[in-house]
Amino acid sequence: MADAAFLALTVITIGSAIAALEMRSLIYGSIALMGTLGGIAGFFFLLDAPFVALFQLAVYVGSIAVLILFTVMLVKRELIFKKIEDRRRKFAGIGLMLIIMISLGAVFLDSGIKTITTDEPPVDFRDIGTNFVTYYWPALILMGLILAGSVTGALVLARREDVENDQRAS
Amino acid sequence: MWKMTNELVDFTLVSVALLAIGIYGLAVKRNFIRMLFAVEIIINAANLNLVAFGRFLPHAGGQTLALFSIAIAAAEVAVGLSLIIVAYRMYQNVDIADFRSLKG
Repeated sequence: MADAAFLALTVITIGSAIAALEMRSLIYGSIALMGTLGGIAGFFFLLDAPFVALFQLAVYVGSIAVLILFTVMLVKRELIFKKIEDRRRKFAGIGLMLIIMISLGAVFLDSGIKTITTDEPPVDFRDIGTNFVTYYWPALILMGLILAGSVTGALVLARREDVENDQRAS
Repeated sequence: MWKMTNELVDFTLVSVALLAIGIYGLAVKRNFIRMLFAVEIIINAANLNLVAFGRFLPHAGGQTLALFSIAIAAAEVAVGLSLIIVAYRMYQNVDIADFRSLKG
């Protein structure tokens, strides 16, 4: 049976996920997204994975959410508050959401997952480090290259050539 | 003796709810930034599943994969946000219906 901390985290995570998508203002929406990401970090703490939880807090709540917030601020004021969606599509979307929730939930409840419990101690975070440098080392190097490539790509994409040319000309 | 008060199925149900909310956001919203929010929610649902299964097996692979996934999601957000900025500069809008002429 779930405990009180779990239930509180569930309410925070799911409530702020809905708020992130439904709030009128994109700024409040991105702050609500921070709540979802922080709630997931709380779940990681409950799952005895403090290293992943702190990584989640540092990377998601600390940098990605702030990055999103700054991008929202670059957008025009009236677009931040404008809701673009049509009603029929919204009802269809809610129907799709309920179908996915009920069908996948029924599959999980009916499967053998319910019987899985554990008495074993949690994984030591040193094992994660060992995993990274032994079995997963090619993936680690590839991930570093992908990160470097994507950040460089993002910088190149967001660059303004017209402003740079003007500065060079003057 | 370690005894988890929460069961694996609780975490998977939360993750299913988050996945469904994310898919709703992707299907309904036409705002590029909101769609990025929805993608983030879906990725987090997947990470929650990875760590939950890693805890209950127990196996360090779940947490390792979750860390990889978080790092790749960071890269994805950086590229997505720069695409938003480029598209916004071209169209002065964040409605994806306006971005159809980007193709070709």
